[in-house]
Amino acid sequence: MDIAWLLNSSYQLCAILVMMMVFLSLIRALIGPTAPDRITAINIIGTKILVIITLIARVYEQQYYLDIAMVYALMSFITTIGVAKYLEKGALD
Amino acid sequence: MADQLVYILDLLALISLFGGVFFLFVGTLGLLRLPDVFNRLHATTKCDTLGAGLILLSLAIQSTVNVAVRLFLLAFFILITNPTAAHVIARAAYKTGIKPVLVKRSKND
Repeated sequence: MDIAWLLNSSYQLCAILVMMMVFLSLIRALIGPTAPDRITAINIIGTKILVIITLIARVYEQQYYLDIAMVYALMSFITTIGVAKYLEKGALD
Repeated sequence: MADQLVYILDLLALISLFGGVFFLFVGTLGLLRLPDVFNRLHATTKCDTLGAGLILLSLAIQSTVNVAVRLFLLAFFILITNPTAAHVIARAAYKTGIKPVLVKRSKND
């Protein structure tokens, strides 16, 4: 058993496991009693999707996926801040 | 000697990877099981920051310098933005009138 092979299959396995956690987090986004619960779930899903993108970049040996991950992190953060501000003030100004 | 070093680095990457997945799972469990918005934020923010950081560290150990710099930049960005987002969400939740769940004391205490 080669350790490089073991590492490669571990990355694929972990990408699948994190994808399952994304679906588990979607349950909270679906049934969450209040709006901040849903925002929390979406924020957490954004972080997990970012991890999945970097894992896929390692598995497929594509470096520019990391730039996509960076843009995704930025957009997820801006979305969270915007929705939370809207919830707090009732308007975006 | 160099072979042993590479072996140790691979082992470190493996341990860090599964540690990160474990912490992500604990955060998801906290998001599903805890009773309140503030409790859920408390559980998920720290667990997700640490878990994503560990997985990115595991990838950075394996890769070349060019990629590792980008991965560390990404981990640093997560480390900055994740607590900030949690703070903003908790502030919005508190200002819109959601009260934290308090512990009921039983009579035996």
